[in-house]
Amino acid sequence: MHRALPVLAVLAVLTAIWYLGAWRMNTPWALAQAERAGVELSAGELFTETMRQERPRLPAPHQVAAELWKTTGEMALRGRAFSKRSLIYHGAITLGATLTGFALGVALGILGAVAITYSRVAEMSLMPWAIVSQTIPIVALAPMIIVLSNAVGIEGRTVPKAIISAYLCYFPVLVGMVKGLNSPSASQLDLLKTYNASGRDSFFKLRLPASMPYLFTSLKVAIAAALVGTIVGELPTGAISGLGARILIGDQFGTPLAIWAALFAAAILAGVLVTVIGGVQALVLKRMGMAR
Amino acid sequence: MTAVVAAVAFWLAAWGLNVALARSRWRKARAVRIAVPVIFGLAVLALWQGLVRGLEVSPVILPAPTDIARTFVTSTDVLWQDFVQTVLKGALSGYLIGCGVAFVTAIAIDRSAFLTAGLLPIGNFVAALPIVGIAPILVSWFGFDWQSKAAVVVVMVFFPVLVNVVQGLKETEAMQRDLMRTYAASYWQTMVKLRLPAAMPFVFNGLKIATTLALIGAIVAEYFGSPIRGMGFRISTGVGRLAIDLVWAEIAVAALVGTAFYGIVAMIEKLVTFWHPSQRVG
Repeated sequence: MHRALPVLAVLAVLTAIWYLGAWRMNTPWALAQAERAGVELSAGELFTETMRQERPRLPAPHQVAAELWKTTGEMALRGRAFSKRSLIYHGAITLGATLTGFALGVALGILGAVAITYSRVAEMSLMPWAIVSQTIPIVALAPMIIVLSNAVGIEGRTVPKAIISAYLCYFPVLVGMVKGLNSPSASQLDLLKTYNASGRDSFFKLRLPASMPYLFTSLKVAIAAALVGTIVGELPTGAISGLGARILIGDQFGTPLAIWAALFAAAILAGVLVTVIGGVQALVLKRMGMAR
Repeated sequence: MTAVVAAVAFWLAAWGLNVALARSRWRKARAVRIAVPVIFGLAVLALWQGLVRGLEVSPVILPAPTDIARTFVTSTDVLWQDFVQTVLKGALSGYLIGCGVAFVTAIAIDRSAFLTAGLLPIGNFVAALPIVGIAPILVSWFGFDWQSKAAVVVVMVFFPVLVNVVQGLKETEAMQRDLMRTYAASYWQTMVKLRLPAAMPFVFNGLKIATTLALIGAIVAEYFGSPIRGMGFRISTGVGRLAIDLVWAEIAVAALVGTAFYGIVAMIEKLVTFWHPSQRVG
């Protein structure tokens, strides 16, 4: 409890600041409305007026929560969880592309790490480029990737989005796995040599198990990066489904509530994904006797 | 077809050269460590050129590197204008403000263990969120020009830098802090002479992460509205009107700027944290 208390306190303060901001930012519009209607607003009325606008500059937290519930839980209760107006549907689209990209990126990262661990040429030629690749703003490439994959004849947007998220998430895995595969000490490697273990054995019985803590730490970073990649992939490209597309559409139609609800849905999705990986990590490391 | 064969042959030759270099006795030399990735990069470019030319890929889909280079050279004025708008005005000002505010905030909350304990998990969580999604909101608040781009960048870099600075300020050992106490050092003396220098590796880690985020933020924000210049604007409109070679030239600029930005911060890090084990040569 003594660890949750400070977090809750800070969250409460942030929420209060948010309400304050909503009140300040929505005041001009509320005043203009009142003037047009020819009514005088007391301070209290003005405050409630700023909390329930349909298109506020900054929606109040409870409005966002209500919108979020309206587009998820309420629709699910009415049995329309996968209607196109429901954030569950859009979240599922985003989740699909994220997981595809995550799988692709993790596979690439692990393969790259194995190549770098075992081949000096690969290390010398690939590692600098892997680092450079992360300093390039991938979003600049996002529209191009979609054009290219359309030209090659790939239907739909899942693949290009997955490529972008794979690009963002392979790097932490690569770096973590290179560290992990090289983590066995010289004496451990020597011991395997005295057992006359083959390269394959020393990989599967020593290096790979030893790299697991590193792998999971990287996976947590990677899944968050993959989600960012998918949403970035949905933002600029005129996609019509997915959480990023909801943000885009909310912007075009001037419905801030939809944007904020989609943002929070994305945040919740990120939290769930990281928590799931953390859970798997705890389980696997415990089974392997590596839990700290 | 000959172009394809030539490109593949060049690729294989370059790879062979790299294998030879990596096995040679000069493999530890600085020149070789630089040459190998450069040769690899050139081989990739040659392969790209050969495949595009040999398979006669339409320039609307994927232009050859030489076409991109030609566009790059002939449209430097446009590229420069976009660079000023997106990088200098949007990304750099946002980067400086965001990192500065995060740094000051971290030091301000440092005295309160309660605030630190509360903000660190939240900051860690927020740093992992897709904050770029906030771009359309900030564009509608701050208008189309670079101010809204800078605002997006501020929000994006704030939490990663904050988390790293807070983490870095925890890095000193009780023994070291006790030593400062025995010197009768004040809070600020301990801060400036012990804790800030010890935090620098973490601070620079945050600053390096923030360089990439700053460019991403500035470019994405332009997809949601911008004056008729800027890299993001050029890319989104270029794709629409099939000026693909110009788009690739912008991508090349973005890549160069991203690498240079990161490189400059890494260089400053080297100067500041020369004492840290990770900077040791050999």
